[in-house]
Amino acid sequence: MKLGFTPAEEAFRRECAAWLEAQLSGPFRAIRGATGLVACVEQRLAWERVLGRARWSVIGWPERYGGRDASLAEQVIFAEEYARAGAPGRMGHLGVELAGPTILHFGNDAQRERFLPKIAAGEEFWCQGYSEPNAGSDLAAVRTRARLEQGPRGAEWVIDGQKTWTSLAQFAQWIFTICRTEAGSRGPAGLSYLLVPMQQSGVTLRPIRQITGEEEFNEVFFDGARTPAEYCVGRPGDGWKVAMGTLAFERGVSTLAQQMRFRNEFEQLVAAARANGAARDPLIRQRIAEAWIGLRIMRYSALRMLSGGREGALPPEALTYKIYWATWRRRLGELAMDVLGPAAEIARAAPYEFDDLPRMFLASRSDTIYAGTNQIQRNIIAERALGLPKEPRGDR
Amino acid sequence: MQFAFTPEQEMIREAAREFVAGHGSSTHLRAVLAGAQGYDPQSWQALAVELGWTGLALPENVGGGGLGAVELAILLEETGRRLFMSPLFATSGLATALLCECAAPAQQERWLRPIAAGACIATAALTGDSGRPEAIGMTLTPDGGGGGRLDGHASFVLYGDVSDLVLIAARTQGQAGDEATTLVVLPRGTAGCTAARLVTMDPTRPYARLCCAGVRVGPDAIIGGIGQAGTALARGLQIAQIAFAAEQLGGAFGALEMTVEYARQRVQFGRVIGSFQAVKHRLADLLVACEAAKSAVCYAACMVDEYRAGTATAQELAEAAALVQSCCSEAFMQCGANAIQLHGGIGFTWEHDAQLYFKRARSALTYLGTPDWHRERIARLIGLDDPPPAAAGDGR
Repeated sequence: MKLGFTPAEEAFRRECAAWLEAQLSGPFRAIRGATGLVACVEQRLAWERVLGRARWSVIGWPERYGGRDASLAEQVIFAEEYARAGAPGRMGHLGVELAGPTILHFGNDAQRERFLPKIAAGEEFWCQGYSEPNAGSDLAAVRTRARLEQGPRGAEWVIDGQKTWTSLAQFAQWIFTICRTEAGSRGPAGLSYLLVPMQQSGVTLRPIRQITGEEEFNEVFFDGARTPAEYCVGRPGDGWKVAMGTLAFERGVSTLAQQMRFRNEFEQLVAAARANGAARDPLIRQRIAEAWIGLRIMRYSALRMLSGGREGALPPEALTYKIYWATWRRRLGELAMDVLGPAAEIARAAPYEFDDLPRMFLASRSDTIYAGTNQIQRNIIAERALGLPKEPRGDR
Repeated sequence: MQFAFTPEQEMIREAAREFVAGHGSSTHLRAVLAGAQGYDPQSWQALAVELGWTGLALPENVGGGGLGAVELAILLEETGRRLFMSPLFATSGLATALLCECAAPAQQERWLRPIAAGACIATAALTGDSGRPEAIGMTLTPDGGGGGRLDGHASFVLYGDVSDLVLIAARTQGQAGDEATTLVVLPRGTAGCTAARLVTMDPTRPYARLCCAGVRVGPDAIIGGIGQAGTALARGLQIAQIAFAAEQLGGAFGALEMTVEYARQRVQFGRVIGSFQAVKHRLADLLVACEAAKSAVCYAACMVDEYRAGTATAQELAEAAALVQSCCSEAFMQCGANAIQLHGGIGFTWEHDAQLYFKRARSALTYLGTPDWHRERIARLIGLDDPPPAAAGDGR
């Protein structure tokens, strides 16, 4: 067990830093530091393509799909430099961090060849179709149905149903989704993991305005939407296993990029506390120190998680990671409000535009909900890491 | 960068577990508690001489095993897990850290060699009655010939009455501040120096009160020169804090494991209590705290090795020490307190080990600085007292 980087890795760091600096002080100056998910969309889509062309989009992927076969240390370095340079949040993150790794791991060669290079190149964007109005924490209760039909273009899945909380669907060409493909099945059995094109008459979006005032997520309606039979990842009926695999990728290298965003938020908070004198308040000092501790812990928990093998059941450091960061960030939002005082309540501009920290306070309320609420996380930790009995169900 | 334990480190952990299983059962612990020494000389002989643990992390040139802070942390975690009572931390976590940082090579050779050979129990007398890490209770009056006279007392001297060697922090008469601190080494039986065992709330951590009345100290007993110990002593103490945190981490896991075991077999209302979310979620939260503490220990122990190798700064070491102490103290306290609560009435009894974990956690919380004290250090280290940044970060 050791920290620290080799001279070759430090050289790689300089290479990343130089490229990022050149781009972000040049053509992409305007989106340096952009954090909101739906701000400056055109330029950020262009940024994704530039990252792709220069092979900085998915450096951990194999070269043949647009990556660099980068080592863990190199991925850590890139994430650090990306944040240090103030590069914008990734518009393509659902493809890069979830769809791509899932297809890489569970897909077949044809699917890899078809989808991965386009994700890497920033040419196709993805969204995630998991939750439904009646399948939230109880995700296996999904009702969206898909059936195989012979059409003019060969065998196709025909999909009917509704997904919700679908982030960035308005910019996506594709959705990865779990659908019930075995009529009469219940729970995790009988689900399939389908890749579905968004631009077709059978798919309708309705934006949802959320707590921050932004419209970042959507309802997605499938009314006879179609996708080729071969765009099922894993075997039909094995969708649950694949979907859980995707959730595990949320604990992958992408956590490093997320932490870098957190670090930037923390530094903004410290700057604000020093500027307005809150940094002299002994209780605020304790809480800032606590937040700093959490930030460090996340870094080293992530490194433990990533350095361990990927085989078999998730180890405890991976099972406890989500609730840790979510709770940390929610607390950071509360601390930011206490540091800023009543000034945080006043919008920067109409209709409802707030500075980064107050907006983060609002946005952080979703952290302890999405990708498994804190309550669901505690069940998972207790059952899988501590071996306590599973929750009884009321319906089976 | 490789942030997983190596196979050699895993072997050390296995060996430590095996040793503690043989020498550290609850029955064994109770026998040691009933005795007067606070450790079992036979077990200590096996640990120190046969296994060579006191010298495991000492340099080879003094007869040590040449391993590092990560290996030492593993030993302390595993002994801490079963509240194994021995002067291992006092000798190899505390005294050696101070000697390695403060002593010149010839002095290191003289004092570390017997420790590495397992022939010497050592400890340190650092603070006065307040117990605050900066509040030294001894004074040294220089005699003009390179030595001096030692007067005063130190409280909370771990295994102070059975140690062969005590390192004493003393203020130089008439001066204040780090600059005036001297580290003195006293062998057992030095005239004028007495140590009295105290009755402690935590019976597993035997403290003595050390009194010096006109103790004559020769130049060879001064470690690193009169008034010269300040910064080196602070660094040595930080390294000791990191080792101590590893022991606390073990205790936290020990208390949690014992409680999970109980929750899996105790039946009420016709169900094991571990199936109730009120219990299960609380246990999950404890695991989250333990895993965070474990990441902190891994990081801090690596930081000691990096610091010694010259690849981490004194600031980084100081940050790591404050972080890990704050984090592990709280995790242990949380696990100790919940061990009692979740065991119910039996956990409140003298005969059950829950109370021992609880008391150990409580004494550990204050021993080398409370979590609040460490967080305040962090607040200073991360620059909360720096002048406000120019016109940046204001919330409005």
